[in-house]
Amino acid sequence: MSFLSSLADRDRVFDFLVPATSPVDVRHGPILYLEDVTVTFDGFRALDSLNLTIDDGELRCIIGPNGAGKTTMMDIITGKTRPDSGSVWFGSRHNLLAMNEPDIASLGIGRKFQKPTVFEALSVFENLELAMAADKRILPTLTARMSGESRDRIEEVLETIGLIELRHDPAGILSHGQKQWLEIGMLLMQRPRLLLVDEPVAGMTEQEMERTAELLTGLAGKGKQSVVVVEHDMGFVRSIARTVTVLHQGSVLAEGSMDQVASDPKVIEVYLGADPAEEVA
Amino acid sequence: MWLSRPFRERSTQLFLGVLLAALAAVTFLNLALPADNPFHVSTYTVTLLGKYLSYALLAVAVDLVWGYLGILSLGHGAFFALGGYAMGMYLMRQIGDRGTYGDPVLPDFMVFLDWDSLPWYWLGFDMPWFAFLMVILAPGLLALVFGFLAFRSRVTGVYLSIITQAMTFALMLAFFRNEMGFGGNNGLTDFRELLSFDLRSDATRLGLFIATGIALALGYVICRAIVASKLGRVSVATRDAEARTRFLGYRVERFQLFVFVVSAMLAGVAGALYVPQVGIINPSEFSPIFSIEVVLWVALGGRGTLYGAVIGAILVNYAKTVFTGVMPDAWLFALGGLFVLVTVFLPKGIAGLLGYRFRGHRFKGRHSKRRSSAPDTSTSDTSTSGTREATA
Repeated sequence: MSFLSSLADRDRVFDFLVPATSPVDVRHGPILYLEDVTVTFDGFRALDSLNLTIDDGELRCIIGPNGAGKTTMMDIITGKTRPDSGSVWFGSRHNLLAMNEPDIASLGIGRKFQKPTVFEALSVFENLELAMAADKRILPTLTARMSGESRDRIEEVLETIGLIELRHDPAGILSHGQKQWLEIGMLLMQRPRLLLVDEPVAGMTEQEMERTAELLTGLAGKGKQSVVVVEHDMGFVRSIARTVTVLHQGSVLAEGSMDQVASDPKVIEVYLGADPAEEVA
Repeated sequence: MWLSRPFRERSTQLFLGVLLAALAAVTFLNLALPADNPFHVSTYTVTLLGKYLSYALLAVAVDLVWGYLGILSLGHGAFFALGGYAMGMYLMRQIGDRGTYGDPVLPDFMVFLDWDSLPWYWLGFDMPWFAFLMVILAPGLLALVFGFLAFRSRVTGVYLSIITQAMTFALMLAFFRNEMGFGGNNGLTDFRELLSFDLRSDATRLGLFIATGIALALGYVICRAIVASKLGRVSVATRDAEARTRFLGYRVERFQLFVFVVSAMLAGVAGALYVPQVGIINPSEFSPIFSIEVVLWVALGGRGTLYGAVIGAILVNYAKTVFTGVMPDAWLFALGGLFVLVTVFLPKGIAGLLGYRFRGHRFKGRHSKRRSSAPDTSTSDTSTSGTREATA
């Protein structure tokens, strides 16, 4: 009888309905640790005992010449590539190396790829709907009905990314910059704790770049998201960065504020191939 | 309720209206008018139309996976044939001792092969509920196993098309063998009764036609409900950018499997309705050519619209009936010519002519136009977003 009444008790959900993923533990500060991560592709060391720590709510820019391992690092964090050695932790509770891609994504790590891939045949609104954190198994998806709450959430994100007037237009007609924002919006729909953004302003106009800078700086913050931006455009990095990490040949070359990094002789040498003594603009 | 969603759509209402009106009209013209009236529809024509409708249901099933999921199945004939064989086995068991050899249990071809008992997989097919369940389960199970292996290994695109083709070809070779116990080359035929209705009577034939029409309506509604649900949008997303969809946290292979199995079950039902109307099922239904022809119907009618598949299936098969009657040798040339004409002049198929244009194609068209004039549009885009910012 007590079992029956416990079944009828709708105050709390059944235990098996509670998601197995526990919240991210950031009490110690950092949301992401990479320690001594090494990846080799056919003898080429893409990452060479890389160490990196991202704090909760931080906006971090990562720069580095081609082949420095920026994309490989993103692949490691999102579970696409497995490192040969090292450890990767999300908060102090989740070992990312023991998880697969979808699990990592549902844990709250969102990644924006270099080339925007939005679903062109679907509307802006539908793109965000699909990206929304929801039960993504088959039957719940088949019978899903949009709640008012979800609708509000989508509207809120549409507002953030500045596409509210285009919500019913197919994503295929958006300009390049708008597609990038939609991508960022799709990441936000998953309420991520950590956003990995790969070259957000490649191919953007000046105005689009400014708008993107505002968007990204607005996103990062304590209790909101932590943002990691990989970017080539130095002007853009200067305009948003609080802390910059320079990667070179798979490991960290320098870390600090943009001014510190820019005046570091090692960085100058890597970037310009010049003598450290030479003047840099 | 997600299944009731399509009934609120204009396009579905229109489709169901036209289909039901056609069913009613044919029934009326068949029953109410005397045979010498020029508008009388003969029972022969009714059966022919019923065959077209079962083909239309098959085409809808193919369009569900091809148009919305991006899986070009060149082996859907296999699911159609399996459904047909399940129905055929039931009809064979219904013959009883009225066969040529008069064996109360064994079908004629088994007596001919000197078999003394039914193989285990023929057991239960004397019960209609079991046979009708198998009509759905047998194709569904094949699709489940096949799809599980294919999608889990992330086989997509042309490779998947080729292995679906191989699957139906392998089944054809298997069913051709007498030892398989499905009548080999000759297949199953000489049917008498379905649920104790005489299959040769005019009333049963009309009833089968109406049942096929209703099955088509139900199949259409199920497909529409899937397509209009969030699952349908996930399917379209999978079709256009599979890796991206997976990255959003959807287990793409499970969605593919689900839609593929539903489609195979619909194809099985189509096959089961086809068999009593044409009176025979043999391994030629497994032939790869047939499966490719089905894809042609869908392409001609307009991929990714569902109703386009219906139009394509009916028109092409009507043309086939006419052509093979007038000049049988020219049919394949006519089909090939039709396909070339439609590809060149109607890339969206006949459905594209009807004004409503398939979303994916329409958007791509507008998109590419936009691209070509990128410089001016991109500046206007940023200026509009700028003003939006100002107002926000």
